[in-house]
Amino acid sequence: MTRSGRLAGAGAVVRRRLLIAVPVLAATSVGMFALGAASPVDPAKQYAGAAAFTASEENLAQLRANWGIDDPLPVQYLRWISNLVQGDLGWSTSRHEPVASVLAARAGWTLLLIGVSLALVLVASLLLGALAAYRRGGVFDRALRAAAYAVQSMPVFWLGLAAIAVFALALGWLPAGGLTDVTATSTSWSDVAHHLILPVGVLAVSQAPWFVLFVRDAVAESMRDDHVLAARARGLPGRTVLFGHALRTALLPFLTLVGTHLPELVGGAVLVETVFSLPGLGAVTVAAALGSDFPLLAAITLVTTAVVLAANLATDLAYAAADPRVRLDG
Amino acid sequence: MTRMRPTFRRLTAATAAAGMLVLAGCSAPANPDGSSGGATLVVATSDEPDALNPVLNYGVDGASLIFDGLVSRDDDNRLVAGLSTALPQLSPDGRTVTAKLRDGVQFHDGTPLTAQDVVFTYQAVLDPTVDSTLRSDLDMVESVTAPDAATVVFRLRYPYAPFLQRLTLGIVPAKLLSGQDINTAPFNRKPIGTGPYRVDSWTPGDRLVLTANERYFGGRPKNNRVVVAFVADDNVRAQRMRAGEFDAAELPPKLASGFDADTTYRVQRAPTADYRGVMLPTGNPILADPAVRRALNLAVDRAAMVAGLLGGAGEPAFGPIPPTSEFADPSIIGRPTADPTSAGALLDAAGWTPGPGGVRVKDGRPARFTLMYPASDTLRKDLALAVTADAKKVGIEVTPAGLTWDAIDPRMKSDALLMGYGTPYDPDFVSYKLFGSTFAGQGYFNPGSYRSDVADRALQEGRDQIDPALRKAAYAQFQKQLAVDVPWLFLTYLRHTYVLKSSVEGVAPRVEAHEHGVANSLWWNIDTWTRS
Repeated sequence: MTRSGRLAGAGAVVRRRLLIAVPVLAATSVGMFALGAASPVDPAKQYAGAAAFTASEENLAQLRANWGIDDPLPVQYLRWISNLVQGDLGWSTSRHEPVASVLAARAGWTLLLIGVSLALVLVASLLLGALAAYRRGGVFDRALRAAAYAVQSMPVFWLGLAAIAVFALALGWLPAGGLTDVTATSTSWSDVAHHLILPVGVLAVSQAPWFVLFVRDAVAESMRDDHVLAARARGLPGRTVLFGHALRTALLPFLTLVGTHLPELVGGAVLVETVFSLPGLGAVTVAAALGSDFPLLAAITLVTTAVVLAANLATDLAYAAADPRVRLDG
Repeated sequence: MTRMRPTFRRLTAATAAAGMLVLAGCSAPANPDGSSGGATLVVATSDEPDALNPVLNYGVDGASLIFDGLVSRDDDNRLVAGLSTALPQLSPDGRTVTAKLRDGVQFHDGTPLTAQDVVFTYQAVLDPTVDSTLRSDLDMVESVTAPDAATVVFRLRYPYAPFLQRLTLGIVPAKLLSGQDINTAPFNRKPIGTGPYRVDSWTPGDRLVLTANERYFGGRPKNNRVVVAFVADDNVRAQRMRAGEFDAAELPPKLASGFDADTTYRVQRAPTADYRGVMLPTGNPILADPAVRRALNLAVDRAAMVAGLLGGAGEPAFGPIPPTSEFADPSIIGRPTADPTSAGALLDAAGWTPGPGGVRVKDGRPARFTLMYPASDTLRKDLALAVTADAKKVGIEVTPAGLTWDAIDPRMKSDALLMGYGTPYDPDFVSYKLFGSTFAGQGYFNPGSYRSDVADRALQEGRDQIDPALRKAAYAQFQKQLAVDVPWLFLTYLRHTYVLKSSVEGVAPRVEAHEHGVANSLWWNIDTWTRS
């Protein structure tokens, strides 16, 4: 069976998933609004900040009336949905700008951070994990496992501050934070790349242990599989056996792991953004949650849900492409 | 610095094990000097504004770097002329203010400032459809009009002696905002003012870049650019300060004191009018007894709180008017240390006798109350625990409770609360509502329902009388009455701590308000700072 033949049912799968996505997204948004109604936090007081303590009750009531947040929940929800259908995501009360422009300004940086870190984690964990499994119990294997357990026990926040202490303060190689040089006159890609080395490195290192240990165990396991033993018996070179046979079998459950691990990566990104003062979605999500900024929270939740659904779909398609036993048309 | 070295070594080992060196090895050599060029100053704060529009509460107390008010404040917080030719005067009946505008002032886009802009700014604040909390502070304004292009007349509903203090509000150009929804106007992100700096760019969550306004009426700024970096986390801000990225940064007292020994830095501890204290509600059966309140006032060790909890960055507080204010009454200042003997004698005399477990009892009721504090505020938590410990020594049992504001609000009538307030500008601003009986039980205004005819009269007198001497006498009486009634247990005034590079000159700390960020911080006069 050819590779294209294996993905024959892909179109139908994508269509079916899209049909499922609509009720999932609708349920998520209803859930968001229900939580918003249950929240005791007053958005007007959050908006006023310290002025909440000197503003009159009448003044705060006027703000709530201006925003229409005293309306019944179904009314607010219908208004939000009808605006959404017209392409208007609403107004962020915590950020003072349209939700769409908050997302536009910030989502890119978060995606960049997560995307580059994920790519780095995948490549590094496949390589290191496979190498460790090849000489199981060897010096490299033992050192890698020890390092993985050590890193796993370090909170991301601590790891970030430690990286700043070492690479920015003690060695002075890399900037301690920010997106660009603080006095830069423009946003140049080389400047941004220079500033992203530490955050990407910290996020990748903090997420890597899981993947490295998994790959190591899976490859070690498949090194004992019949087809791998057969390949070795045929006298194929070690590299071919490791990467061409053993790693390939171990790759399948790994794909599932990537899909399920995505939310954790997002959580890590939020912390990394805080430590390195990056203007990504992390900080605004926290501010939106604290300030009961439901238009912004709802939009971020919807985007995240959509990304997770898309990632699951991509994982399944990749699974089908990688494993001849999996059929999409079933 | 030396103290930190071993930590560095340990960290290097740990992170190297994690493979960080591999990553760093790929990098280009760093550009370590973030402050090259000589004409750019970089300051860092955690407090990022929501919008850069004075109508929406940006820099309402002046020193906003981008805007100017009709009046501004000098390094002693004294009012001086701003956009007005001379300091405007209140009419003898205290209800009319006429301001004459300075000639030839231009906005950053070159349009001239007129009285219409001033009228527009104040009317926008008063417009109910505009999301401004400043309206509560300007509720005395009946009308604001422009008889000619250079004159503005404010008419007040009632005599209001400190009204000139409200004229620090930055003026926005009417032309760019009229006919627009001010809440959503693009102006809020890219504002145009008359101030010493114009906005070059603002990347929310990252930084605000300001460039010098060559035509500034107060003289061209000495620095071509000012960058305000927004770094929310205190530890990260301290690390980046140490990495040399900033010329000045606001840091909590304990982190700032880490820079004390290093001669390349200078630590500034600016006095503030920002006090912390315990609101003692009259609706609580134990706290309703003046003897308990007075005993608590004697039992707390303010000096220990300043030294232990604030790292020395503060002063003991005995009333709501800061000691740096001309209205402060020195006679209310008590002992900064605890006086448990006098406190115990007071309680004995009032019939509170020692009972089981060391808790005093009167009429079968133990001396016991709950002290709430906002759980997210670690300083208030520390202060609440210190009060608990001090009260225990005189036989009063305090139960500290860390809660969210939503849980605190409904309980303020009957449970004590650690609160903070304070403004350096006029005693009327906060105290009129916080201690006036007409505001009893109205949200955060007088939540403990304190009622005193003497205090009410004094507060009203301070608002009605234009004569500074009469005002001073009225506020002296007010402070004495509070010292007798003890509706609040005033604990400490805070200091705001900043770390600067030693090479920065021209810094002039002044008494700060609670709110300080881009506007109204240590860098209120950054346009005259230089770097040697």
